Amino acid sequence: MAPDASVKTASAAAPVTATPRVGRLVRWDVIVTALLIVVFIGGALGTPDFATGDNLSFALDDLCEIALIALPMTLLVVVGEVDLSVASALGMSSALLGALWDAGWAIETIVPLLIVVGAVTGLVNGLLVTRLGLPSLAVTIGTLTLYRGLAYVVLGTKAVAEFPQNYADLATGTVPGTPIPYPFALFIVLAIITAVVLHATGAGRAMFAIGAQEEAAFFAGIRVKRIKLLLFVVSGVVSAFAGVIYTLRYGSARADNGLGLELAVIAAVLLGGVDFDGGRGTLGGVVAGVLLIGLLRNLLMLRDVATEIQSIVTGLLLIVSVLTPRIVAGVREARRHPRGSMSASSQ
Amino acid sequence: MSESPPILALRGVSKAFGAVRALQDVSLDLHGGEIHALAGENGAGKSTLVKILAGVHRPDEGQVLLDGRPRDFRGPGDAQQAGVAVIYQEPTLFPDLSVAENIFMGRQPRARFGRIDRGALRSATAGLFERLGVSLDPDRPARGLSIADQQIVEIAKAISRDARVLIMDEPTAALSGNEVGRLFSVARTLRDHGCALLFISHRLEEIFELCHRVTTLRDGRLIATEPLDDLTPDDLVQRMVGRELDTLYPKQDTTPGDALLTVARLTREGVFTDVSFEVRAGEIVALAGLVGAGRSEVARAVFGIDRYDAGAVEVRGTRLPVGSPTAAMAAGIALVPEDRRQQGLVMDGTIERNIGLTTLRTLRRGPVISRKAERDRAADWAIRLQLKYSRLSDAVGVLSGGNQQKVVLAKWLSTEPSVLIVDEPTRGIDVGTKAEVHRLLSELAADGLAVLMISSDLPEVLGMADRVLVMHEGRLAAEIPRAEATEETVMAAATGRTRREAA
Amino acid sequence: MTAITSGGGRRLVDTVLRARELSILAALVVLVVVTTAVNSSFLSDQGVKDIFLNASILALLAVGQTMVVITRNIDLSVGSVVGLVAFASGKFVLGHDRNVLLVLILGMAIGAVCGLVNGVLVSFFRVPALVVTLGTLYVIQGADYYWAHGQQINAADVPGSLLELGSGSVLGIPYLPLITVVVMLAVGHYLRSYPSGREFYAIGSNPDAARLAGLAIRRRILTAYTTSGILAGLAGVLWLARFGTVVADAAHGWELRVVAAVVVGGVAIVGGLGSVYGAALGALLLTTIGSVLVVLKVNSFWQDAIAGLLLLLAISVDRLLGLRVTRALRRRNVRHGA
Repeated sequence: MAPDASVKTASAAAPVTATPRVGRLVRWDVIVTALLIVVFIGGALGTPDFATGDNLSFALDDLCEIALIALPMTLLVVVGEVDLSVASALGMSSALLGALWDAGWAIETIVPLLIVVGAVTGLVNGLLVTRLGLPSLAVTIGTLTLYRGLAYVVLGTKAVAEFPQNYADLATGTVPGTPIPYPFALFIVLAIITAVVLHATGAGRAMFAIGAQEEAAFFAGIRVKRIKLLLFVVSGVVSAFAGVIYTLRYGSARADNGLGLELAVIAAVLLGGVDFDGGRGTLGGVVAGVLLIGLLRNLLMLRDVATEIQSIVTGLLLIVSVLTPRIVAGVREARRHPRGSMSASSQ
Repeated sequence: MSESPPILALRGVSKAFGAVRALQDVSLDLHGGEIHALAGENGAGKSTLVKILAGVHRPDEGQVLLDGRPRDFRGPGDAQQAGVAVIYQEPTLFPDLSVAENIFMGRQPRARFGRIDRGALRSATAGLFERLGVSLDPDRPARGLSIADQQIVEIAKAISRDARVLIMDEPTAALSGNEVGRLFSVARTLRDHGCALLFISHRLEEIFELCHRVTTLRDGRLIATEPLDDLTPDDLVQRMVGRELDTLYPKQDTTPGDALLTVARLTREGVFTDVSFEVRAGEIVALAGLVGAGRSEVARAVFGIDRYDAGAVEVRGTRLPVGSPTAAMAAGIALVPEDRRQQGLVMDGTIERNIGLTTLRTLRRGPVISRKAERDRAADWAIRLQLKYSRLSDAVGVLSGGNQQKVVLAKWLSTEPSVLIVDEPTRGIDVGTKAEVHRLLSELAADGLAVLMISSDLPEVLGMADRVLVMHEGRLAAEIPRAEATEETVMAAATGRTRREAA
Repeated sequence: MTAITSGGGRRLVDTVLRARELSILAALVVLVVVTTAVNSSFLSDQGVKDIFLNASILALLAVGQTMVVITRNIDLSVGSVVGLVAFASGKFVLGHDRNVLLVLILGMAIGAVCGLVNGVLVSFFRVPALVVTLGTLYVIQGADYYWAHGQQINAADVPGSLLELGSGSVLGIPYLPLITVVVMLAVGHYLRSYPSGREFYAIGSNPDAARLAGLAIRRRILTAYTTSGILAGLAGVLWLARFGTVVADAAHGWELRVVAAVVVGGVAIVGGLGSVYGAALGALLLTTIGSVLVVLKVNSFWQDAIAGLLLLLAISVDRLLGLRVTRALRRRNVRHGA
């Protein structure tokens, strides 16, 4: 670092430089991938039912909504924003699907409509964040409540079931010859597209720049607001579509579908090594994080470990994923300077 | 100079950050009743030294002596209690708290049961402002204060501590004219009361005006500590850079061509009013004035960062839409912004990505970015601007200030602009790089670029500009051709002839 | 170089700062008046008492959350802590006639431990608060569910003295709101009038400046989280006292309701601004809306939707007012400054 840096940045950077942003040496996404492989091999060796086609396709199917929504969430976190309303948008989409199906609409009409509704939910988030400059955390806590409320307004506590079999098959069936369920195949395709966008295109470069230093990105002619708005819209669309998959998979449309799913999605993204402060992360890491959470849950279930333990494991993984890089950096720093330089500062 | 033992001193202090040795075996004495200057190029270790005195960093080797006895500052709080106050280049205020609370944070006057005595807090603050001769409202929040006023609050903070040692790290970087004068008179008053002061500035004339002795650092090492009476500015520069300087202002003569940038009756309510000017090809036009006169704000509006309420901006006769940097760039404008670290660069980003950020479109091969094209372009500019770096994949944050500024210039010149706006192009960069930047600007103008240069550095304005536009309180006060531009004519316009003396 | 003289600018700023508490109060009054006009039974003793009882626990949590949010952090684990403590204290009193004070202390101790863990992780390891508390949300919730294993605590097993705390009153004022108001006043007074209290605002307002000013940042953040944990523990015991019947997922999802109440109450999510009074009023407003919907026979499904809209409205209006103030200050700067 430049020792004569101007005070503002240096004061922030001096102890910080070596602390949270070690990235280069401790690549968390690599660690998560390694962990994923270890868990998979360990599971295959230690648990007989684990590495079967049926079980894996069940595990992947069970994971697909979280996985799908994690893609736009990754992009949002990279640009320094967050969308907590995704699970409510999913629930609202599910409730609408139920209500409209109940009213005799055709699925072919409902789904495009739900996509539009999803785009609108994202647009509301995006406009409040980009036009008014509100923090996305506050905005999406608001829309989280609003969209879930609207889901109840639409469907009440009813459950609508009996969707056409061919659509249910699409949600639960596998790609012929593989254990990969169709929704998860969709995830694979979208993940590849997202990875290319984020890591190989100008838009991706722009996103990282926005997350790392928004003002500098704006001064460089990047349309910051437009990109953020677009990402919120994509997040809404994907959530709405995930709502369709969720409904068909369980064969039940309910207003409380996917309740609390937003936290699982964020957990997967952060576990994948995306910096919550923006500007850092890889899509590969997120995919590994999503799969790790899914496989662990599945393994624990197969081994008859109580479902509650899964929640503890998820929570611990999350804490460890952000803690380890900082502790490693802190130790390294402490070795260099006898005085502990992990002086406190919030966030 | 002074017979008394130093109030605060460093003995053989060394400090390293990773592989970078910021300070090596540096000693420094700060005596009461004396203003001591600290000189050195960027990266020489000045800020590290300040932070050791302020208790932000601890030395790896060596000692900090307070009244001749070794002291170990465990944090900024320790140093403050020992009577060391620091005014940083960029004010560090709490925007949500009142001005009075900012000054007395952690040392508020107490009433019964340890509660804050708000009346006493207010009157103590008002008393401080009276001593400083300013009329700030103690109860207003710090948010929205101008940089100069924020600096005043910082000074009030230092005075209120009855500091015995006052360290000022480039306090004048954001100030001009009478603001600097007022700061100096406060500094002299403190000196006369027996304070020890350490003053850091890139402006040599300020060092000679204010200080008694100067300590020069180069590459983290102590070069000399000597009385300023025996030195000329050239001597000091030579100690700082370790070599003779080429001429600092290598202005080439050019014949201006067509008007490339035309600004007509531009107005942003409450910020600037009715600003009209043009910049022709081959011309360097300086926009001078005091800080807060609206210079940077005009540049921001021209480039589309901020919106404007009335008027027009034209490039080669084509009118630009309001508030769109993207459109301004497409029309051929480039803006090297005022704040390098916030606006100019993504500090965590690599050199190559920072340079490529303005030209993502042209780096595309199909839908994806060509990393090779990105690297080639960065390497090309690094050579043209003589950038000093180890790898293009290093974060720009590890570069020195001058080299960071070169990256910003590369980033913008690679857009092949026809109009280049530079806002404080040499603020906070060392003398050596300064000359390089000046030569570059001069060459660019000679090649037919229209250059609009905003600068608070008067010698730079006079040395580089073909014409000087002077702003005063949001309006263009004067346009002075190169031949008539002197410190007196520019300052007279910048301060406004009818302007009353500040309170 | 001279600055803003007092006068219009200062008044404007003052008004806006106070406007928040006042505008919530105004909204509350309008809401109550309109509802009473439509249905006079709304303002009956029982109706008012119910609202205050219902708002107490949310307001208590909002007070703790405010301390955390002011330091530019967030505590998402409070809902889980309430659930854990409600269940744990239920287990503790099951079949015994425990002293109420003992139960309260136990609950607050559990909460304190949870808060301490959050605080240590955030302040010493500098892990983003949202991530840490999201993690502890899961861990605490999982531990709670695992322990409960589908069991529930029944009111019949809870000693009368504890239930009395939830439904009884002194001088006609129920205990629950009384406790909340006392806690709110104490925390509010501390944050406003004590030097260390002001440091919470300073830290949230500009963490870098706080470090350079030598403030005890770690200790304050630790205090904020521990307080939030203790109040969540207290809320857990009160939950048991009020409802008697407790399943493991009591207060599930409340973390976001609490944050919503705090934000509606004018506490800036980016720290440095707001008061516990505003936050408590925010909680009261959200709860009142729920009751109003019942009285007005609006489908209760609308409650969440309205709460969400209210939150969006609150932050949007705040923001627009803030922009106007900035603009006003900017004009003054130019007029008076150089």
